[in-house]
Amino acid sequence: MDSSVSSRLDAAFLALADPTRRAILARLARGEASVAELSAPFAMSQPAISKHLKVLERAGLISVGQEAQRRPRRIEGKPLAEVSAWLDRYRAIWDANFDRLDALLMDLQGQPSRRRRTRKKR
Amino acid sequence: MAMTIEKAHVTTPSDREVKVTRSFRAPRELVYKAYTEPQLVQRWLLGPPGWSMPVCEMDVRVGGRYRWRWRNDQDGSEFGFAGTFREVQAPSRLVHTEAYDPGTVGDGYPGNEAIVEVSFAEDGGVTTVTTLIDFGSKDARDAAVATGMTEGMEQSYQLLDALLPERTA
Repeated sequence: MDSSVSSRLDAAFLALADPTRRAILARLARGEASVAELSAPFAMSQPAISKHLKVLERAGLISVGQEAQRRPRRIEGKPLAEVSAWLDRYRAIWDANFDRLDALLMDLQGQPSRRRRTRKKR
Repeated sequence: MAMTIEKAHVTTPSDREVKVTRSFRAPRELVYKAYTEPQLVQRWLLGPPGWSMPVCEMDVRVGGRYRWRWRNDQDGSEFGFAGTFREVQAPSRLVHTEAYDPGTVGDGYPGNEAIVEVSFAEDGGVTTVTTLIDFGSKDARDAAVATGMTEGMEQSYQLLDALLPERTA
């Protein structure tokens, strides 16, 4: 793996290893928001939220908009896409194996595998 | 009620680890059996399309060894994993070491051993298998995950995408 991708992934994983930060990202995925708007759903002070936003910002996962008053935060897609691609491909190996295990377990239980089941009409 | 079985859930609980969680619509004794009886393991633990598992030897008891080897059907190249069982608690938990055997494929993978913990939990006829792999270092983990980034994987990923609507239907 290219080392700049690798260090970006480190920062992104660190940032994502916190439920509040993941919730903030989930909110920003629906559209940009100010710190006050982001604080509202959490039982947390604005400074506490700002701390989380700093971590997300350092990881490149969010950016700050130009609008001077609101300074809206918005999500940055690229680092998230890298994280997702990194794990997705690894997950695909497991998925292929687990799909076969599903079919085997169905077999062992004497049930037709769902993938092979055909619709019969009487 | 048909409970939807999700795809494998992969997370990185720490710098050195990967955790994979997946649920199966089967009792836990059966899932445990599929993980510990070599003739059953050989039917599913195959990885990317185009690979078979000609060697699957498992002595499932504390201190017992196992050896897995895969072969590429087209060019005959081989690689594998081998290790020792450290904990065996049927049907709830397995812990084993896992060392990469480069076979004829070679390279790419650091030589240190990983520790793999597999736990089986049943709830209402659905068994959730959690696999926690401690690669021993961040570099080893990243290298292991990066081996998933080959063309073969991408192909199987697309195959899975095609299957997904059926599974969630």
